[in-house]
Amino acid sequence: MKKIRIGSGAGYGGDRLEPALTLIENAKLDYIGFECLAERTIALAQKEKRLNPDKGYNHLLEYRMEKVLPLAHKHNVKVITNMGAANPIAAMFLIAEMAEKQGLKGIKIAAVLGDDVLELIDDKKQYQILETGKPLSSIENSIVSANAYLGVSGIVEALNNDADIIVTGRVADPALFLAPMIYEFCWDMTDFDKLGKGTLIGHLLECAAQVSGGYFADPGKKDVENLWDVGFPFVEIDETGEGYISKVDGTGGIINTATCTEQLLYEIHDPANYLTPDCVADFSKVEFDLVEKDKVKFSHASGKTATDSYKVSVGYQNGYFGLGEISYGGANCMERAKLAGDIIQKRLEKYTFSDLRIDFIGLNSISPLNYEVNEIPEIRLRVSGKAASLETAKQVGREVEALYTNGPAGGGGATQKTEEVISVASIFLKKSEVQTTIIYKAI
Amino acid sequence: MKLWEIAHSRTGDKGNISNISLIVYDKSNYNLIAEKVTADIVKQWFGAKIKGKVERYELPQLGALNFVLYDALDGGVTNSTSLDKHGKSLSSFLLEMSI
Repeated sequence: MKKIRIGSGAGYGGDRLEPALTLIENAKLDYIGFECLAERTIALAQKEKRLNPDKGYNHLLEYRMEKVLPLAHKHNVKVITNMGAANPIAAMFLIAEMAEKQGLKGIKIAAVLGDDVLELIDDKKQYQILETGKPLSSIENSIVSANAYLGVSGIVEALNNDADIIVTGRVADPALFLAPMIYEFCWDMTDFDKLGKGTLIGHLLECAAQVSGGYFADPGKKDVENLWDVGFPFVEIDETGEGYISKVDGTGGIINTATCTEQLLYEIHDPANYLTPDCVADFSKVEFDLVEKDKVKFSHASGKTATDSYKVSVGYQNGYFGLGEISYGGANCMERAKLAGDIIQKRLEKYTFSDLRIDFIGLNSISPLNYEVNEIPEIRLRVSGKAASLETAKQVGREVEALYTNGPAGGGGATQKTEEVISVASIFLKKSEVQTTIIYKAI
Repeated sequence: MKLWEIAHSRTGDKGNISNISLIVYDKSNYNLIAEKVTADIVKQWFGAKIKGKVERYELPQLGALNFVLYDALDGGVTNSTSLDKHGKSLSSFLLEMSI
């Protein structure tokens, strides 16, 4: 029976590169997918593209491709990535230029377009925003981007047309890995059971090291060997959608039923109904079996008919974020930090902020629980708020810094930051309204 | 005992919704967590942090529960002014629960 191997080269936009190169060199891969888009990454990329029409793709594209291109070419591994972000065409031309400079020949690069639906939502202002229940018109004047989570179709078409490197904008993360299975095994797009199985595999791979020992270690309880050298995962699967997940021998990390179960449920709500553009996947009966060290067999995923809509992320300008921090240590530090917090609250009263927070790092900045604390060696005051103008947002950090000479004794290490807030709202768009197109560049 | 002694956990986020898995190391402990760690208990445990409802899904074959916490992330990653915008650390705070 035909089998293929697919590796995971990145689990987020800024991920490490070395483990991806190790996979390409040693895992006998047929494909490698690089998943690099978080929720609002495209909105930020869209803004870059407006300032410079040649930009708007992943910042590490060049850094990654410099090493990935020659290796993937040498080992005959096809590359599928959403590093195109807001500008897959510019990313495609950049990759072509780099490949030419490296003297590589016989490479076909594809850019999958169609996820950018900003113009399509112009007349959809009455559509309801999923998160707030308000109509899209409530953020009408602040919208900077709108991108549909496309499915596999564009990537599969590019594979049918012999593309070696496929660059997309927004597609559902598992689609980067499901597409080559559909192409290689000629799965029918209405065989939802298979699409569900492939979606499970895509979901396990899409966060790279998060299934192979990254984001897992808890010393003494969940020990991970050589986490510093954590290997990225790959799968080997056959045309029935069955197979196993593993990593390259000798790399650090761990793959067992515990790592797979944590990743299975990562960002999942109802495991029986995981909505993707290509199917509604059912992970509720999934089983994992450790067949040998760092090698886990997966089974019993399935799927149901896909919905007729794409989820669309609408990025919008949502004011400015202001942050200031300062530390107190030694005798009575908690009381001095609290006094500093009270002072800041009063000094900022004359400005309008939403979500003004005063937290104490080391005590309650991430903890929702109340702990009994007697004595602590140091504490860091954190003040953050959102304001309509940049100027108001800056006041947060300015006032925190001014605690040096105008606050309690012994404050140190003050820092401040402001940034524009780009928020994301979700709507649904009928699939029939969205057109996918693909362009190619062969060298 | 603390849940940490018998189970592990990971948090994920989508918008303003957090999900927290709770997975026992030894499947013989699944019934114990299924009985003790209900959706209501989890909602109470996190107190004011979780402003919406809590749902629970059961995966006995994996020794796992999955909790979905609504209105749980101060507006979500792209809105929140809190330090841990993703709520990544909530998994470890769930494991602090004594049963």
